[in-house]
Amino acid sequence: MIISVASGKGGTGKTTVATNIALSIGKCQFIDCDVEEPNANIFLKTKIESSKNISVTFPNINKSLCNFCGKCSDFCAYNAIAVVPEDILIFPELCHSCGGCELVCPKNAIKWHKRAIGKVEHGITKDIDFYHGFLNVGEMQAVPVIKTLKQKIEKNNNVIIDAPPGTSCPVIESIIGSDYCILVTEPTPFGFHDLKLAVDVVRYLYIPFGVIINRDGIGDNKVENFCKTEDIDILLKIPERKMIAHLYSKGFALVRKSYEWHEMFGQVYNNIQEVLQN
Amino acid sequence: MKQLTVISGKGGTGKTSITAAFASLAKNTMFADCDVDAADLHLIFKPNIIEKKKFHGLKIASVNKQKCTLCNKCYDYCRFNAIDKEINIKKESCEGCGVCNYICPVNAIKMIERDSGFSYISNTRFGPFAHARLKTAEEASGKLVTVVRNDAIKIAEEKNKDLIIIDGPPGIGCPVISSITGVDLVLIVTEPSLSGIHDLKRITNVTFHFKIPAVVCINKYDVNVYNTKDIEKYCLYNKIPLVGKIPYDISMSRSMVEEKTIFEYYNGILCLEIKKMWEKIRSILEL
Repeated sequence: MIISVASGKGGTGKTTVATNIALSIGKCQFIDCDVEEPNANIFLKTKIESSKNISVTFPNINKSLCNFCGKCSDFCAYNAIAVVPEDILIFPELCHSCGGCELVCPKNAIKWHKRAIGKVEHGITKDIDFYHGFLNVGEMQAVPVIKTLKQKIEKNNNVIIDAPPGTSCPVIESIIGSDYCILVTEPTPFGFHDLKLAVDVVRYLYIPFGVIINRDGIGDNKVENFCKTEDIDILLKIPERKMIAHLYSKGFALVRKSYEWHEMFGQVYNNIQEVLQN
Repeated sequence: MKQLTVISGKGGTGKTSITAAFASLAKNTMFADCDVDAADLHLIFKPNIIEKKKFHGLKIASVNKQKCTLCNKCYDYCRFNAIDKEINIKKESCEGCGVCNYICPVNAIKMIERDSGFSYISNTRFGPFAHARLKTAEEASGKLVTVVRNDAIKIAEEKNKDLIIIDGPPGIGCPVISSITGVDLVLIVTEPSLSGIHDLKRITNVTFHFKIPAVVCINKYDVNVYNTKDIEKYCLYNKIPLVGKIPYDISMSRSMVEEKTIFEYYNGILCLEIKKMWEKIRSILEL
């Protein structure tokens, strides 16, 4: 079973939920897909054992063959190639590696080079088979790193995916193919507004989902009322406590500090399993 | 005219609440919400929309099934796995490159515009405001950020504004880079958690990489004073000015629930600290 944890709004507690569930259920695979700001291992504390660079290809022009006709630049949908009368410039960060420039080049002047845009690391503990990725500083595209991470998924395993915030391409890439998605929110206007956007995304992708309300008590009832009218399961409410924020700040998982929380997060997982079996 | 972008790396550290607080203090300022994925500033600003434009992101392939001979050439050439073997386009995977259109021997594929969202220009009680909405499961948020920023610059110039304050997205990737390129100053809002510190280091490296001046604010600094000390040391060592330390105060969340800026809601120590920070930023920007 693949469960992803997403949110719309950032900082609502995705990583808290994902890591605490992972630590409550025994053996599982954990994939941190927030490659722009990966934080899960701060809480899981797995020892990283291997690291692999993620490369993408970009065009390399053989200038002795190129006649600066500009066909590649006209074709490129990403403005990654600029042709001036006697020269041609490549902007590798903008290239999506679609291969179109090579196809349209009449002189066969384009070959492909590789460059690293990030890395994927693997770690392991007694129970958790852990992967996370890093997008290199200054790089634009998180999706190729997320795609590589998702190839590590073993479908028959219990898999927890920690998704990035937002609602666009990196989020879609992270949660697509999940059996269930947990949306974490907080009971504030920002949390509520972004929850509705996240609900649109999971509905668009036909992924069954439920909601966890974090920092319960700081705001109003709009999130709860919305879930009731829309018939969305509320899986858990985590109260607003400075103690919880303090534990979080030190990188301690709640379930390691309290048996009660261990039970509760384990129960969330069991409930999801039941929902999916029915 | 100057431009200031508020970013954070980690989400939920208080970018939008602090941007809103600045709105109560800043004079003759234009505002822009560049967190187009999950825009929230409008919830406090309650904008009165005066102009709405369609936003077209990357194009998308569209197959004419009557012409298609199922030769599968497009399937073979698509690097994004956006076409299945029955030659259906997977909307969420297509990046609009146009290779399928080029390679199709019977001209069965067209590249069509996709309606990816809207950009808006509005009036608010704090001044003019440029913002946007990306539709569900659309990409090209970096491109939409650029639309919002260009709108903001245009209006700010027309109205002779001294400053544009930009509320940025979380992360370090495409929309963040689009939000900070060419601005005069970046304010990084962080929090004293190990996650906050980890993400602060990555986002400051982005600002170094693009050579954009940055200052740091620690929100909820008293949640963990040891981590706050570590952030202070990091800033000192890397010569990044620390312009503010904001205490944890539930009023920050409460003001958001009331859809007000903190200054419209209440007057406490928190407000004094934000005012001091704003004065420092003003002097750095030479306003």
